[in-house]
Amino acid sequence: MSAPVTALFRPRTLNDALKMRAEQPGATVMAGGTDVMVYIESGTLKPTAILDLWGCSGLRWQQSITGGQFHGAGLTCTDVLRSGQSHPLLEAAAATVGAVQIQNRATLGGNICNASPAGDTLPVWLALKAEFEVASVRGRRRIPAASFWQGYKKIDLRPDELFLGILIPPLFGHTHFRKVGTRLAQSISKVVFAGRYNPGVDACLAFGAVGPTPMRCLKAETALVAGAAVDDVVQLVREEIAPIDDIRSTAVYRRQVAGNIVRRWLTSL
Amino acid sequence: MNVRFRCNGRAVEVDVPPMSRLLDVLREELRLTGSKEGCGEGECGACTVRIDGEAVMSCLVPVCQVDGASIVTIEGLGASVVHPVQTAMLQHGGAQCGICTPGLCMSAAALLERNPHPSREEARVALAGNLCRCTGYQKVVDAVCASLAPEGS
Repeated sequence: MSAPVTALFRPRTLNDALKMRAEQPGATVMAGGTDVMVYIESGTLKPTAILDLWGCSGLRWQQSITGGQFHGAGLTCTDVLRSGQSHPLLEAAAATVGAVQIQNRATLGGNICNASPAGDTLPVWLALKAEFEVASVRGRRRIPAASFWQGYKKIDLRPDELFLGILIPPLFGHTHFRKVGTRLAQSISKVVFAGRYNPGVDACLAFGAVGPTPMRCLKAETALVAGAAVDDVVQLVREEIAPIDDIRSTAVYRRQVAGNIVRRWLTSL
Repeated sequence: MNVRFRCNGRAVEVDVPPMSRLLDVLREELRLTGSKEGCGEGECGACTVRIDGEAVMSCLVPVCQVDGASIVTIEGLGASVVHPVQTAMLQHGGAQCGICTPGLCMSAAALLERNPHPSREEARVALAGNLCRCTGYQKVVDAVCASLAPEGS
Protein backbone atom coordinates (compact mmCIF):
# COMPACT_ATOMS: atom_id res chain seq x y z
CA MET A 1 0.00 0.00 0.00
CA SER A 2 2.82 2.37 0.81
CA ALA A 3 4.65 4.34 -1.83
CA PRO A 4 8.31 3.49 -2.30
CA VAL A 5 9.44 6.73 -0.73
CA THR A 6 13.15 6.60 -0.09
CA ALA A 7 13.62 10.10 1.31
CA LEU A 8 11.38 12.03 3.65
CA PHE A 9 12.18 15.57 4.74
CA ARG A 10 10.28 17.13 7.62
CA PRO A 11 11.63 20.64 8.25
CA ARG A 12 10.62 22.35 11.47
CA THR A 13 11.47 25.89 10.39
CA LEU A 14 11.00 27.87 7.22
CA ASN A 15 14.75 28.33 6.80
CA ASP A 16 15.28 24.57 6.96
CA ALA A 17 12.41 24.04 4.54
CA LEU A 18 13.96 26.42 1.99
CA LYS A 19 17.37 24.78 2.31
CA MET A 20 15.86 21.33 1.85
CA ARG A 21 13.89 22.56 -1.16
CA ALA A 22 17.08 23.91 -2.73
CA GLU A 23 18.72 20.51 -2.27
CA GLN A 24 15.65 18.50 -3.28
CA PRO A 25 13.96 20.35 -6.14
CA GLY A 26 12.38 17.11 -7.34
CA ALA A 27 10.72 16.20 -4.05
CA THR A 28 6.94 16.15 -3.84
CA VAL A 29 5.79 18.91 -1.50
CA MET A 30 3.02 17.88 0.85
CA ALA A 31 1.15 19.63 3.66
CA GLY A 32 -2.18 18.18 4.83
CA GLY A 33 -1.93 15.35 2.31
CA THR A 34 -5.54 15.52 1.13
CA ASP A 35 -4.50 15.70 -2.52
CA VAL A 36 -1.08 14.01 -2.42
CA MET A 37 -2.32 10.91 -0.58
CA VAL A 38 -5.11 10.46 -3.12
CA TYR A 39 -2.63 10.71 -6.01
CA ILE A 40 -0.30 8.20 -4.37
CA GLU A 41 -3.10 5.75 -3.61
CA SER A 42 -4.44 5.93 -7.18
CA GLY A 43 -0.97 5.51 -8.66
CA THR A 44 -0.97 8.84 -10.53
CA LEU A 45 1.91 10.03 -8.35
CA LYS A 46 4.88 7.85 -7.42
CA PRO A 47 7.14 10.09 -5.39
CA THR A 48 10.55 8.91 -4.28
CA ALA A 49 11.22 11.97 -2.11
CA ILE A 50 8.74 13.95 -0.04
CA LEU A 51 9.07 17.35 1.56
CA ASP A 52 6.47 17.38 4.32
CA LEU A 53 5.55 20.90 5.47
CA TRP A 54 2.74 19.88 7.85
CA GLY A 55 4.86 20.39 10.98
CA CYS A 56 6.79 23.39 9.66
CA SER A 57 6.32 26.46 11.81
CA GLY A 58 6.14 29.83 10.09
CA LEU A 59 3.52 28.84 7.53
CA ARG A 60 0.39 28.63 9.66
CA TRP A 61 -0.41 32.19 10.65
CA GLN A 62 -2.67 35.03 9.69
CA GLN A 63 -2.14 38.70 10.34
CA SER A 64 -2.81 42.24 9.15
CA ILE A 65 0.39 43.58 7.65
CA THR A 66 1.29 46.59 5.57
CA GLY A 67 -0.72 46.36 2.39
CA GLY A 68 -3.43 44.03 3.62
CA GLN A 69 -4.18 40.73 5.29
CA PHE A 70 -1.59 37.94 5.11
CA HIS A 71 -2.60 34.28 5.14
CA GLY A 72 0.14 31.69 5.60
CA ALA A 73 0.16 28.82 3.11
CA GLY A 74 -0.17 26.28 5.92
CA LEU A 75 -3.49 27.56 7.24
CA THR A 76 -6.18 24.92 6.95
CA CYS A 77 -9.70 25.64 5.79
CA THR A 78 -10.77 25.04 9.39
CA ASP A 79 -8.23 27.64 10.59
CA VAL A 80 -9.82 30.15 8.21
CA LEU A 81 -13.34 29.34 9.39
CA ARG A 82 -12.43 29.54 13.09
CA SER A 83 -10.34 32.70 12.93
CA GLY A 84 -13.24 34.98 12.08
CA GLN A 85 -10.62 37.32 10.57
CA SER A 86 -10.76 36.20 6.97
CA HIS A 87 -12.58 37.84 4.09
CA PRO A 88 -16.17 36.53 3.76
CA LEU A 89 -15.40 35.31 0.23
CA LEU A 90 -12.57 33.16 1.54
CA GLU A 91 -14.67 31.86 4.41
CA ALA A 92 -17.41 30.88 1.98
CA ALA A 93 -14.93 29.01 -0.20
CA ALA A 94 -13.18 27.30 2.74
CA ALA A 95 -16.54 26.03 3.98
CA THR A 96 -17.17 24.25 0.66
CA VAL A 97 -13.83 22.41 0.44
CA GLY A 98 -14.61 18.73 0.99
CA ALA A 99 -16.21 18.07 4.37
CA VAL A 100 -15.05 18.80 7.93
CA GLN A 101 -12.46 16.00 7.94
CA ILE A 102 -10.90 17.43 4.76
CA GLN A 103 -11.14 21.05 5.94
CA ASN A 104 -9.18 20.04 9.05
CA ARG A 105 -6.18 19.06 6.91
CA ALA A 106 -6.48 20.84 3.57
CA THR A 107 -4.32 23.97 3.38
CA LEU A 108 -4.66 27.19 1.41
CA GLY A 109 -1.22 26.72 -0.13
CA GLY A 110 -2.13 23.18 -1.12
CA ASN A 111 -5.30 24.26 -2.86
CA ILE A 112 -3.42 26.99 -4.75
CA CYS A 113 -0.40 24.89 -5.75
CA ASN A 114 -2.37 21.75 -6.61
CA ALA A 115 -3.85 24.09 -9.22
CA SER A 116 -6.90 22.04 -10.06
CA PRO A 117 -9.03 24.18 -12.37
CA ALA A 118 -11.89 23.33 -10.00
CA GLY A 119 -10.05 24.34 -6.81
CA ASP A 120 -12.66 26.00 -4.63
CA THR A 121 -10.57 28.87 -3.28
CA LEU A 122 -8.90 29.80 -6.56
CA PRO A 123 -11.48 32.24 -7.99
CA VAL A 124 -11.50 33.97 -4.60
CA TRP A 125 -7.85 34.98 -4.97
CA LEU A 126 -8.62 36.44 -8.38
CA ALA A 127 -11.66 38.33 -7.12
CA LEU A 128 -9.68 39.79 -4.22
CA LYS A 129 -6.67 40.73 -6.37
CA ALA A 130 -4.45 38.68 -4.08
CA GLU A 131 -0.69 38.47 -4.36
CA PHE A 132 1.17 35.24 -3.69
CA GLU A 133 4.46 35.25 -1.85
CA VAL A 134 6.98 32.56 -2.75
CA ALA A 135 10.55 32.10 -1.58
CA SER A 136 13.75 30.20 -2.11
CA VAL A 137 17.18 30.46 -0.54
CA ARG A 138 17.79 33.08 -3.27
CA GLY A 139 15.09 35.38 -1.90
CA ARG A 140 11.41 36.17 -1.99
CA ARG A 141 9.08 37.39 -4.72
CA ARG A 142 5.42 38.28 -5.08
CA ILE A 143 3.21 37.16 -7.93
CA PRO A 144 -0.27 38.48 -8.74
CA ALA A 145 -2.81 35.65 -8.47
CA ALA A 146 -3.91 36.50 -12.02
CA SER A 147 -0.58 35.37 -13.47
CA PHE A 148 0.18 32.43 -11.14
CA TRP A 149 -1.79 29.72 -12.97
CA GLN A 150 -0.16 29.55 -16.37
CA GLY A 151 -1.91 26.54 -17.84
CA TYR A 152 -3.54 23.30 -16.77
CA LYS A 153 -1.84 22.39 -13.47
CA LYS A 154 1.05 24.66 -14.42
CA ILE A 155 2.06 27.27 -11.85
CA ASP A 156 4.65 30.02 -11.61
CA LEU A 157 6.73 28.31 -8.95
CA ARG A 158 10.36 27.47 -9.67
CA PRO A 159 11.81 24.10 -8.63
CA ASP A 160 13.68 25.54 -5.67
CA GLU A 161 10.80 27.71 -4.44
CA LEU A 162 8.16 27.16 -1.80
CA PHE A 163 4.81 28.88 -1.55
CA LEU A 164 4.69 31.00 1.62
CA GLY A 165 1.32 32.69 1.63
CA ILE A 166 -1.21 35.13 0.29
CA LEU A 167 -1.62 38.88 0.67
CA ILE A 168 -5.13 40.26 0.27
CA PRO A 169 -5.20 44.03 -0.26
CA PRO A 170 -8.01 46.14 1.20
CA LEU A 171 -10.80 46.29 -1.37
CA PHE A 172 -14.33 47.57 -1.52
CA GLY A 173 -17.54 46.51 -3.16
CA HIS A 174 -20.16 43.80 -3.16
CA THR A 175 -18.89 40.25 -3.10
CA HIS A 176 -20.44 36.89 -3.91
CA PHE A 177 -19.29 33.25 -3.80
CA ARG A 178 -21.16 30.37 -5.37
CA LYS A 179 -20.17 26.76 -5.89
CA VAL A 180 -22.28 24.41 -7.96
CA GLY A 181 -21.56 20.74 -7.42
CA THR A 182 -23.41 17.45 -7.37
CA ARG A 183 -24.25 17.91 -3.71
CA LEU A 184 -23.75 20.58 -1.10
CA ALA A 185 -20.68 19.09 0.56
CA GLN A 186 -17.85 16.81 -0.46
CA SER A 187 -18.24 17.26 -4.20
CA ILE A 188 -15.90 18.78 -6.73
CA SER A 189 -17.21 21.88 -8.48
CA LYS A 190 -18.98 21.82 -11.81
CA VAL A 191 -18.75 25.61 -11.71
CA VAL A 192 -17.32 27.81 -8.95
CA PHE A 193 -17.60 31.60 -8.90
CA ALA A 194 -16.22 34.47 -6.87
CA GLY A 195 -17.24 38.00 -7.72
CA ARG A 196 -16.50 41.50 -6.50
CA TYR A 197 -18.24 44.60 -7.82
CA ASN A 198 -17.57 48.16 -6.80
CA PRO A 199 -20.04 50.13 -8.98
CA GLY A 200 -18.37 52.73 -11.13
CA VAL A 201 -14.91 51.71 -9.93
CA ASP A 202 -14.04 48.11 -10.73
CA ALA A 203 -15.34 44.56 -10.91
CA CYS A 204 -14.01 41.05 -10.95
CA LEU A 205 -15.97 38.05 -12.22
CA ALA A 206 -13.82 34.98 -11.55
CA PHE A 207 -14.67 31.36 -12.31
CA GLY A 208 -13.20 27.94 -11.70
CA ALA A 209 -13.92 24.67 -13.52
CA VAL A 210 -14.75 26.46 -16.78
CA GLY A 211 -11.29 26.40 -18.35
CA PRO A 212 -7.80 24.98 -17.87
CA THR A 213 -7.07 27.54 -15.14
CA PRO A 214 -9.25 29.67 -12.89
CA MET A 215 -10.10 32.73 -14.97
CA ARG A 216 -11.59 36.20 -14.99
CA CYS A 217 -14.10 37.45 -17.55
CA LEU A 218 -12.36 40.70 -18.43
CA LYS A 219 -14.75 41.86 -21.17
CA ALA A 220 -17.77 41.22 -18.98
CA GLU A 221 -16.11 43.09 -16.10
CA THR A 222 -15.37 46.12 -18.30
CA ALA A 223 -18.94 46.13 -19.57
CA LEU A 224 -20.33 45.86 -16.05
CA VAL A 225 -18.31 48.79 -14.75
CA ALA A 226 -19.30 50.83 -17.81
CA GLY A 227 -22.96 50.30 -16.93
CA ALA A 228 -23.96 47.62 -19.44
CA ALA A 229 -27.27 45.78 -19.01
CA VAL A 230 -27.15 42.58 -16.97
CA ASP A 231 -28.18 40.56 -20.04
CA ASP A 232 -25.16 41.84 -21.93
CA VAL A 233 -22.79 41.08 -19.04
CA VAL A 234 -24.19 37.57 -18.80
CA GLN A 235 -23.78 37.08 -22.55
CA LEU A 236 -20.13 38.16 -22.36
CA VAL A 237 -19.49 35.79 -19.44
CA ARG A 238 -20.86 32.89 -21.47
CA GLU A 239 -18.65 33.85 -24.42
CA GLU A 240 -15.47 34.34 -22.41
CA ILE A 241 -15.38 31.16 -20.38
CA ALA A 242 -13.92 28.04 -21.97
CA PRO A 243 -15.64 25.02 -20.39
CA ILE A 244 -15.31 21.44 -21.58
CA ASP A 245 -17.31 18.23 -21.26
CA ASP A 246 -15.79 16.00 -18.58
CA ILE A 247 -16.82 13.45 -15.94
CA ARG A 248 -18.41 16.12 -13.77
CA SER A 249 -20.44 18.12 -16.23
CA THR A 250 -20.84 19.39 -19.79
CA ALA A 251 -19.72 22.58 -21.46
CA VAL A 252 -23.33 23.52 -22.29
CA TYR A 253 -24.43 23.12 -18.67
CA ARG A 254 -21.45 25.07 -17.36
CA ARG A 255 -22.08 28.00 -19.76
CA GLN A 256 -25.72 28.13 -18.74
CA VAL A 257 -24.98 27.95 -15.01
CA ALA A 258 -22.10 30.44 -15.10
CA GLY A 259 -24.39 33.02 -16.68
CA ASN A 260 -27.20 32.23 -14.24
CA ILE A 261 -24.92 32.76 -11.25
CA VAL A 262 -23.85 36.19 -12.49
CA ARG A 263 -27.39 37.18 -13.45
CA ARG A 264 -28.83 36.22 -10.05
CA TRP A 265 -26.11 38.02 -8.18
CA LEU A 266 -26.23 41.25 -10.18
CA THR A 267 -30.02 41.44 -10.13
CA SER A 268 -30.02 40.91 -6.34
CA LEU A 269 -27.84 43.97 -5.69
CA MET B 1 10.55 4.73 10.36
CA ASN B 2 9.76 4.58 14.07
CA VAL B 3 6.66 6.58 14.83
CA ARG B 4 5.51 7.22 18.37
CA PHE B 5 2.08 8.53 19.25
CA ARG B 6 -0.71 8.09 21.74
CA CYS B 7 -3.60 5.93 20.65
CA ASN B 8 -6.72 5.78 22.79
CA GLY B 9 -4.71 7.00 25.76
CA ARG B 10 -1.92 4.44 25.37
CA ALA B 11 1.62 5.20 24.19
CA VAL B 12 2.38 3.21 21.05
CA GLU B 13 5.36 2.86 18.77
CA VAL B 14 5.31 1.36 15.29
CA ASP B 15 8.07 0.70 12.78
CA VAL B 16 6.51 1.23 9.36
CA PRO B 17 7.23 3.04 6.08
CA PRO B 18 6.69 6.78 6.74
CA MET B 19 4.05 7.25 4.05
CA SER B 20 1.92 4.34 5.27
CA ARG B 21 -1.67 5.39 5.64
CA LEU B 22 -2.67 5.91 9.26
CA LEU B 23 -5.73 3.75 8.53
CA ASP B 24 -3.53 0.78 7.60
CA VAL B 25 -1.30 1.24 10.64
CA LEU B 26 -4.34 1.30 12.93
CA ARG B 27 -5.92 -1.76 11.35
CA GLU B 28 -2.88 -3.89 10.50
CA GLU B 29 -0.26 -2.95 13.10
CA LEU B 30 -2.42 -2.05 16.07
CA ARG B 31 -5.29 -4.40 15.17
CA LEU B 32 -7.85 -1.66 15.70
CA THR B 33 -10.29 -2.67 12.98
CA GLY B 34 -13.17 -0.45 14.01
CA SER B 35 -12.07 2.23 11.52
CA LYS B 36 -13.21 1.06 8.08
CA GLU B 37 -11.98 1.63 4.56
CA GLY B 38 -14.79 2.62 2.25
CA CYS B 39 -13.38 4.60 -0.65
CA GLY B 40 -9.71 5.15 0.19
CA GLU B 41 -9.83 8.67 -1.21
CA GLY B 42 -11.31 10.82 1.52
CA GLU B 43 -14.87 10.84 0.21
CA CYS B 44 -16.79 8.48 2.49
CA GLY B 45 -15.65 9.12 6.06
CA ALA B 46 -15.74 5.46 7.17
CA CYS B 47 -12.11 5.80 8.32
CA THR B 48 -12.70 8.93 10.44
CA VAL B 49 -10.55 9.16 13.58
CA ARG B 50 -9.57 12.12 15.74
CA ILE B 51 -6.03 13.48 15.74
CA ASP B 52 -5.43 15.93 18.59
CA GLY B 53 -9.19 16.32 18.78
CA GLU B 54 -9.85 17.02 15.09
CA ALA B 55 -11.84 14.60 12.95
CA VAL B 56 -9.80 13.48 9.94
CA MET B 57 -9.89 10.86 7.19
CA SER B 58 -7.26 8.34 8.35
CA CYS B 59 -6.89 7.04 4.78
CA LEU B 60 -5.38 10.42 3.80
CA VAL B 61 -2.96 10.85 6.70
CA PRO B 62 0.58 9.52 6.27
CA VAL B 63 1.67 7.99 9.54
CA CYS B 64 4.81 10.16 9.70
CA GLN B 65 2.52 13.14 10.36
CA VAL B 66 1.10 11.70 13.59
CA ASP B 67 4.48 11.32 15.31
CA GLY B 68 3.90 12.84 18.75
CA ALA B 69 0.15 13.24 18.23
CA SER B 70 -2.76 11.89 20.23
CA ILE B 71 -5.23 9.74 18.32
CA VAL B 72 -8.65 8.49 19.31
CA THR B 73 -10.36 5.76 17.30
CA ILE B 74 -13.82 4.31 17.72
CA GLU B 75 -12.29 1.74 20.07
CA GLY B 76 -11.24 4.57 22.38
CA LEU B 77 -14.43 6.61 22.12
CA GLY B 78 -16.47 4.52 24.49
CA ALA B 79 -13.67 2.63 26.20
CA SER B 80 -14.40 3.56 29.79
CA VAL B 81 -17.95 4.88 29.57
CA VAL B 82 -20.11 4.46 26.48
CA HIS B 83 -20.11 7.82 24.71
CA PRO B 84 -23.50 9.57 24.66
CA VAL B 85 -23.52 9.58 20.86
CA GLN B 86 -23.15 5.80 20.89
CA THR B 87 -26.03 5.47 23.33
CA ALA B 88 -28.14 7.81 21.23
CA MET B 89 -27.34 5.89 18.03
CA LEU B 90 -28.64 2.74 19.72
CA GLN B 91 -31.75 4.44 21.07
CA HIS B 92 -32.65 6.13 17.79
CA GLY B 93 -31.77 3.29 15.44
CA GLY B 94 -29.01 5.34 13.83
CA ALA B 95 -27.12 2.29 12.58
CA GLN B 96 -28.06 -0.40 10.08
CA CYS B 97 -25.28 -2.32 8.33
CA GLY B 98 -22.73 -0.59 10.55
CA ILE B 99 -19.88 0.13 8.15
CA CYS B 100 -20.27 3.92 8.40
CA THR B 101 -21.19 3.93 12.08
CA PRO B 102 -17.70 4.21 13.63
CA GLY B 103 -16.86 7.17 11.39
CA LEU B 104 -20.20 8.82 12.05
CA CYS B 105 -19.68 8.48 15.80
CA MET B 106 -16.21 10.03 15.55
CA SER B 107 -17.47 13.01 13.51
CA ALA B 108 -20.43 13.44 15.84
CA ALA B 109 -18.22 13.32 18.94
CA ALA B 110 -15.97 16.03 17.46
CA LEU B 111 -19.02 18.17 16.68
CA LEU B 112 -20.59 17.74 20.13
CA GLU B 113 -17.40 18.77 21.86
CA ARG B 114 -17.37 22.14 20.08
CA ASN B 115 -21.14 22.50 19.90
CA PRO B 116 -23.01 20.50 22.57
CA HIS B 117 -26.46 21.44 21.21
CA PRO B 118 -26.24 21.39 17.42
CA SER B 119 -29.21 22.26 15.24
CA ARG B 120 -30.23 19.67 12.66
CA GLU B 121 -28.57 21.80 9.99
CA GLU B 122 -25.33 22.01 11.97
CA ALA B 123 -25.39 18.26 12.50
CA ARG B 124 -25.89 17.68 8.78
CA VAL B 125 -22.98 19.95 7.89
CA ALA B 126 -20.71 18.23 10.44
CA LEU B 127 -21.67 14.78 9.15
CA ALA B 128 -21.59 15.65 5.44
CA GLY B 129 -18.29 13.83 5.07
CA ASN B 130 -19.72 10.55 6.35
CA LEU B 131 -21.66 8.63 3.75
CA CYS B 132 -24.32 6.12 4.77
CA ARG B 133 -26.18 4.03 2.22
CA CYS B 134 -28.70 2.47 4.62
CA THR B 135 -30.28 4.88 7.04
CA GLY B 136 -31.20 7.87 4.91
CA TYR B 137 -29.53 9.94 7.65
CA GLN B 138 -32.75 10.94 9.44
CA LYS B 139 -32.20 8.67 12.43
CA VAL B 140 -28.50 9.50 12.51
CA VAL B 141 -29.31 13.21 12.78
CA ASP B 142 -32.01 12.40 15.35
CA ALA B 143 -29.39 10.56 17.41
CA VAL B 144 -26.73 13.27 17.18
CA CYS B 145 -29.16 16.02 18.11
CA ALA B 146 -30.40 13.98 21.06
CA SER B 147 -26.85 13.41 22.35
CA LEU B 148 -25.38 15.51 25.06
CA ALA B 149 -21.62 15.75 25.02
CA PRO B 150 -20.07 14.45 28.22
CA GLU B 151 -18.03 17.00 30.10
CA GLY B 152 -14.38 16.92 29.21
CA SER B 153 -14.87 14.38 26.43
